[in-house]
Amino acid sequence: MGAGHAHKLYRHARSPVHELPPHCKLAAVFCFVLVVVATPREAVWAFGLYALLLAAVAGAARVPYGFLLRRLLIEVPFVAFALLMPFVVPGEKVGVLGLSLSEPGLWGAWNILAKGTLGVAASVLLAATTELRALLLGLERLRMPPLLVQIASFMIRYGDVVTDEMRRMRIARESRGFTARGVRHWGVLAKSAGALFIRSYERGERVHLAMVSRGYTGVMPVIDDVTATRAQWTHAAALPLAALAVCLTGWTLT
Amino acid sequence: MTLSLETPSLEVSGLAFAYPDGHQALFGVDLTVRRGERVALLGPNGAGKTTLVLHLNGILGGGDGSGVGSVRVAGLPVTKPNLAEVRRRVGIVFQDPDDQLFMPTVREDVAFGPAAAGLRGAALEERVHAALERVGMADFADRPPHHLSFGQRRRVAVATVLAMEPEILVLDEPSSNLDPASRRELADILRSLDVTVLMVTHDLPYALELCERSVILSGGVIAADGPTGELLCDEDTMRAHRLELPFGFDPRSVVMGR
Repeated sequence: MGAGHAHKLYRHARSPVHELPPHCKLAAVFCFVLVVVATPREAVWAFGLYALLLAAVAGAARVPYGFLLRRLLIEVPFVAFALLMPFVVPGEKVGVLGLSLSEPGLWGAWNILAKGTLGVAASVLLAATTELRALLLGLERLRMPPLLVQIASFMIRYGDVVTDEMRRMRIARESRGFTARGVRHWGVLAKSAGALFIRSYERGERVHLAMVSRGYTGVMPVIDDVTATRAQWTHAAALPLAALAVCLTGWTLT
Repeated sequence: MTLSLETPSLEVSGLAFAYPDGHQALFGVDLTVRRGERVALLGPNGAGKTTLVLHLNGILGGGDGSGVGSVRVAGLPVTKPNLAEVRRRVGIVFQDPDDQLFMPTVREDVAFGPAAAGLRGAALEERVHAALERVGMADFADRPPHHLSFGQRRRVAVATVLAMEPEILVLDEPSSNLDPASRRELADILRSLDVTVLMVTHDLPYALELCERSVILSGGVIAADGPTGELLCDEDTMRAHRLELPFGFDPRSVVMGR
């Protein structure tokens, strides 16, 4: 597809992972995350194996590890809570580097950190190897409610249009000498947001009119039907199946 | 369905319409557009041009009893049971291409109309390619519409409608917001199409360039109907309907290349 179609998370390349049909990849990531979450937290080595599995996928997808690690930073605000747990969770205390931390809290933090990071890493890999448009087609194929897919696809299409409208309104405000400097100016900003909402709403009506004029009756016509062969499903299933094996071993050992 | 050459592309007779808030926009419009004709629909702001356009494919009116009069497209009356076919036959290109192009890529957008009509697979692909080819945008098929220039988006908007192989192409302000080069390119494209065109415009030189016939819609009725050149030279009619030529433009001095 065209180069201009790329979103920031997508990394254009040719690889076996890029070429897998989107719905196979979606299903694989979903199953992988389920398996990871179902793993007992005491099986520390299992999470290491999961990380290795993901590293192998990243290698096959030609996604540089630096890229992957940078994208993982998105997780930081969410794990802040996990870092608090050793301090606030009641339970037996253990001394670590001179700090007295709660043992259940440490396990809880590890649990969230490990499972969260693996889940985010798998999603980042999915996003890096699948175009946004293909993801939507995949979701449609996986019988996601069509209305939700339509809403998501309109968000992609009109995100830039609305941002541009917002930018023009800001320039118009500033051209008349306005700069937001504090609480006193929030009223103006709120009114701008309201105006933007009305404009977007009206655009929605005009778009609907244009759709109806071209024969829209409430369902999107199928233009690209994504299909997958048995071999492609098998390839995609390799990740969750390997993870499942690790998970089952983990349960039998603990 | 068999059609003789004499069946006009568009027949509007006695069309009157009032909006639910009571504002009456059309007071009995009669208009016939023969097959293959290019007609400009002129008129001041608020004359009812858009209201008329939305009747042509049954967005307004459409046999739900809210208006009187009738619209026929290639002989087919615009009524509720016929709406799907009418909307395939009447291709409306709206003024803002961002409203018209709502799919993530150009190709999918052009495919939307034919796919909604049930076309699939290779036939659909071919139809999309042919339509984009006719507006010179075949190389942009996989691009998202918001990454195109305004003129390119307008051309794609025309292609989305051409892909439905319409009986009549209705353009709402086709030259608005276009730079002179894009404006000329669009004119070349429109001239190259062998399709009936109804063009709503304030751009009188553009009407003169493209349309042999013009009608003036004013106060909800067709106030004048005739060859574009004659209409634009009729100063009394022009003044009566708030139509003005651009500064320095004299329709008498234009030598038409046709």
